[in-house]
Amino acid sequence: MTDQPSADDRKTEAELDLDRKKEEVEESFAGPGERLEILAPDGTVRPGAEVPLGTEQVRDALRWMMLSRTVDVRAISLQRQGRMGTFSAVRGQEASVVGSSFALDPARDWIVPQYRELPGVVRHGFPLDGYLLYWMGNPAGGRVPDGVRVLPLQIALAAQLPHAVGLGWGLRLQGSDSVVTTYFGDGASSEGDTHEAMNLAGVTRAPVVFFLQNNGWAISTPRTKQTAASNFASRAEGYGFPGVIVDGNDLFAVYEATRQAVERARRGEGPTLIESQTYRMGAHNTADDPTRYMEPVELSGWDERDPIRRVTTWLSAQGAWDDDAEREMQAGIDRQVDEAIESAEAFTPPNPEQIYTHVYADPPERLRAQQRAALDPH
Amino acid sequence: MATMTMIEAIRSALREEMARDESVVALGQDIGQLGGVFRATDGLLKEFGADRVFDMPLAEAVIAGSALGLAVSGLVPVAEIQFLGFTHQAFHQIAPQLARYRYRSQGRYNAQVTIRTPFGGGVRTPELHSDALEAQFVQSPGIKVVMPSNPYDAKGMLLEAIRDPDPVLFCEPLRGYRLVKGEVPEGDYTVPFGHSRVTREGTDVTLVAWSAAVQLAERAADRLAQEGIEAQVLDLRTLVPLDVAGLVSAVESTGRCVVVHEAPLTAGFGAEVVATVQEEAFYSLEAPVARVAAPDTPYPIASIEDYYIPSVERVVDAVRRTVDAK
Repeated sequence: MTDQPSADDRKTEAELDLDRKKEEVEESFAGPGERLEILAPDGTVRPGAEVPLGTEQVRDALRWMMLSRTVDVRAISLQRQGRMGTFSAVRGQEASVVGSSFALDPARDWIVPQYRELPGVVRHGFPLDGYLLYWMGNPAGGRVPDGVRVLPLQIALAAQLPHAVGLGWGLRLQGSDSVVTTYFGDGASSEGDTHEAMNLAGVTRAPVVFFLQNNGWAISTPRTKQTAASNFASRAEGYGFPGVIVDGNDLFAVYEATRQAVERARRGEGPTLIESQTYRMGAHNTADDPTRYMEPVELSGWDERDPIRRVTTWLSAQGAWDDDAEREMQAGIDRQVDEAIESAEAFTPPNPEQIYTHVYADPPERLRAQQRAALDPH
Repeated sequence: MATMTMIEAIRSALREEMARDESVVALGQDIGQLGGVFRATDGLLKEFGADRVFDMPLAEAVIAGSALGLAVSGLVPVAEIQFLGFTHQAFHQIAPQLARYRYRSQGRYNAQVTIRTPFGGGVRTPELHSDALEAQFVQSPGIKVVMPSNPYDAKGMLLEAIRDPDPVLFCEPLRGYRLVKGEVPEGDYTVPFGHSRVTREGTDVTLVAWSAAVQLAERAADRLAQEGIEAQVLDLRTLVPLDVAGLVSAVESTGRCVVVHEAPLTAGFGAEVVATVQEEAFYSLEAPVARVAAPDTPYPIASIEDYYIPSVERVVDAVRRTVDAK
């Protein structure tokens, strides 16, 4: 013992409280060895781990992550100006979404999304302006372009899981080696569809990757109120296939876990459940007031686990990133997002006729009559 | 032409369509090895193999939901939900998902899925098997609701359903499976949706019915004929699409109308029929349109179901009142 005060003694109560939160965050994860981790929060590669992506691929992935965060900021701003409907930001989950989507081949694999996977579905081919158009409330934005292997965004959570299983199973029956990755969250895991879908996937050995983003919150409901279990991945055992846990804010680990699951599915060995442990660094959506139930991210212990910062730190250490590179990349992203917003806002405004289209291939006469009466009352 | 029961006609449609189009697959509980609890799929597993006939886990939502995914993959699924009463456990996959997939995707994806499901009372099933829930699905735009009453229609409409690019709920009258027999042509034919059919001519009153209630209406018409009342029976055949022109023309021809169905009275599809008739045929009506339906109670346990299902006597009484009305 010395008379020198320890570092902790010099901290304020608030700082000590934050330290405790950070420890809690760490402890909330499965123990060491049970969770795939490659890139540590400080941007260094964990001892013994290998980086599964080349530097150029990492820069490409970083660009998608930065694009996502830029869209978040712009879309929330547009919503506040009345130019955008309800929007769900990805902030905090960029490594989880981008890392997993990088393991997929847009030319043969499918994404069955919920609604918080913007950079993943856009990378897979869903146009950014169309995505924005959908959230602006124009039905045309809901159309996934022909040839793009993405199903419509899903609003009724977990309902997409049975679709993903049927799709993967059907493709396999027809001799395809395509893999279907479906996204859902800790909240959706409580739905009956999650159970039914995983069970059927196990029975049929469907080539499906169940990518569960455990972001800690279902709107205001914390993870601890969704399940009494310490993690979600262990459920997979009950369905007869593997479940793995990954640090969802670690781009490399997410990519690697998904790559292995995709390869497994492609070999015909069936589904995998990946629990990506991440954090929603903000509101559920623009209609939500997170101050009623969660602390600001700066006080949550999660800020320093920011998935983007650790990638830029790693790239800097490789000599592949600096302020100039960041400015240049951000400027390109800003232009791209400006163009997408402009294109979405310039799109033909929705009109009442769209209410009546795409209900049936051959609408019943009664519906045709309703359409005529509504659109041409004279 | 061969004489077939309903169940034989359904089986023959499934078999012929699976033989004709190898993208057609069948899925459901107990449909493979057992051949279905009512044997609608008997022999399909043996003939077409386990890559086309799937015995599914006991899970209605994923039967409907995976059928949507199978359809997106390029297959043409025909799913069996063992009883319409169990579709509640799949309702969220049928109404907001299957029915609106074309709409939500703005035409990129369609759900070419047929859901076959028996319904209706009269065979002493346990609780929750017999409910006539058809009106719930009519309120889910995007899915067609098809209610064949006889073997000819069952085969022709099932073939039409399987080939329809949009989802079809194909409701099969449980107590008619073996009781109702009729002539069914050999080979391929379809019965287009949205065309009602007069199954019995009559000039005094129009009885509007679908599925098993058609036979009930016909028996009532036989009874009424003995009292000199000639009842016309109109089989709607499909609720979505609804044959408004056929309904109006039938009611106009008699000026009187009684609707018969097995579902509870309030907000049953009979209410839609009555509303349509008063909108479109009001000035030809000689009497208020009557409804004969089940009471607004849950479907009762089997020993008292005969008091719940509309009877010939109730239909006859309703017709007498309608015909006597000044």
